[in-house]
Amino acid sequence: METGLSASTILFAAIFTNNILLTNFLGMCSFLAISREVKSALGLGMAVTFVMTCTAGLNYLVYYKLLLPFDLAHFRFIIFIIVIAAFVQLVEMVVERYSPLLYVVLGVFLPLITVNCAILGVALFMIIRDYTFVQCVAYGFGGGLGWTLAIVALGGIREKIRKAPIPKGLEGPGITLIVTGLMALSFMGFSGMIQMQ
Amino acid sequence: MLQVALGLLALSLLAAVLALLLETADAYLMDYGECEIDINEGDKVLKVQGGGKLLSTLMDQGIFVPSACGGRGSCGLCKLRVLDGGGPVLPTETPYMEPEELEKGTRLSCQVKVRNDLALEIPPELFLIKEYRTRVMGLKDLTSTIKEVRLQMVEPAEIEFKPGQFIQFEVPEYEGCPEPVYRAYSIASSAETPGELKLCITKVEGGLATTYVHQYLKEGDEVTLNGPYGDFYLRDSDREMIMIATGSGLAPLMSILYQLAARGSERKVTLFFGTRAKADLFYVDEIEGLGEKLPNFRFVPVLSDSPEEEGWEGERGIVTHAVDRMYEDCSDKEGYLCGNPLMIDSAVELFKRKGLEEDRIYYDKFA
Repeated sequence: METGLSASTILFAAIFTNNILLTNFLGMCSFLAISREVKSALGLGMAVTFVMTCTAGLNYLVYYKLLLPFDLAHFRFIIFIIVIAAFVQLVEMVVERYSPLLYVVLGVFLPLITVNCAILGVALFMIIRDYTFVQCVAYGFGGGLGWTLAIVALGGIREKIRKAPIPKGLEGPGITLIVTGLMALSFMGFSGMIQMQ
Repeated sequence: MLQVALGLLALSLLAAVLALLLETADAYLMDYGECEIDINEGDKVLKVQGGGKLLSTLMDQGIFVPSACGGRGSCGLCKLRVLDGGGPVLPTETPYMEPEELEKGTRLSCQVKVRNDLALEIPPELFLIKEYRTRVMGLKDLTSTIKEVRLQMVEPAEIEFKPGQFIQFEVPEYEGCPEPVYRAYSIASSAETPGELKLCITKVEGGLATTYVHQYLKEGDEVTLNGPYGDFYLRDSDREMIMIATGSGLAPLMSILYQLAARGSERKVTLFFGTRAKADLFYVDEIEGLGEKLPNFRFVPVLSDSPEEEGWEGERGIVTHAVDRMYEDCSDKEGYLCGNPLMIDSAVELFKRKGLEEDRIYYDKFA
């Protein structure tokens, strides 16, 4: 049973109308931690997008070519996580080699992409919604771009409000969560535009 | 049964494929190959295996850059000018750098990773620093927390140093310490006996080196050191010297006192030694012995928490307050401070208030 949406619609929807972070609230921890500067937010966003796209494709292949034919669907959680973990390890090595500054700036949040629930979320959603391979990759790529959009937007806002007179008790996590909520509110305006299933 | 076997097989197969992928990636990406390090514009050219930090890579090549924290990025002593190939300055380095230093290309060598060819500028004094093999001659408990380690120089047989300087002690692998680390300790012995060294090591809870020394080190064990390092040493002048030490900070000052005695110096010297109680004082006999050789020497122990039973008649309280009480004007003195960083900060403030210029105050913070 294939869904009738085209890959490009899914891509668009994953970025704007069904943003994995602002609509589904997945991937919040590194989003809150690394959104202080636009530069590092962009760096992390690109890493997450790369991992999400590749693991979406890989997990599709593993699920439909390895697990289902042998009736092993009940292994999907552990297998997906292993694939994601290996991929993040690879990304960490590449970042350390080619961008030592980004590597040090991201610190522990680079390996923590492994447990970014948005990535496992994408893998599970695409199975639930019965996407084809192309749709999966589009969804993964769109999910990553949407996550990046959210973190870069928050980064920009946080950079701007650095000089603002925020009440002492709300500085830091307090105002960040409030801003995130307001961003989610504005994205709610898109809800219902596209049915992802 | 077949399902279980199949499931396990699928899991293992997948894990194996991914492991292979990661191994290949690691071998290819993490291999920086051979890198060339050019020192002082062609003066010395080293060919090294890339991938390690510059500090340890240079150490493996016999070039010892000062470090008190052993490469953890918390002392800021390992500065070197990297002329080319150092990559971007890391946020772990910037707290230790002045803008002029950054402009000149100064980096913390413990944070720079050797990934490609590098060009460095190394001050010639650094080439004088050597590695020494020594043997433990004796271990003595000076107080409940401070141990004196007496080492005999094996290879080279003698060490040349300026009294006040420190060496780096190599702590080998042991239970709780997975790889060798280096920690800095000041030399407490006299430079007149270059065939042996004395170090005073205070037990620190959880400290890798101090735990090793207090619990594992035995007489006859071999110890590797490198050095000497440091800008804390005796300056030649006629000014009266005010020395302030807390705890094992007494060590380098002892070495300086031996030097003054050996020279037959007539300079006026006052040593303030701050500890908690009488039981925490050490080297008192040695100090009194030195006092007899120095015509103008005064020893002022200051106890902060001496209980009634000890019957202490001497100075009490914080050591810097005792200095405050005894001196009105300090503009014609020289300050030599060693030990607790907080004591040193307040002593420097005190001296400045009493008219002493900062460039006449010398110190070694034991952090």
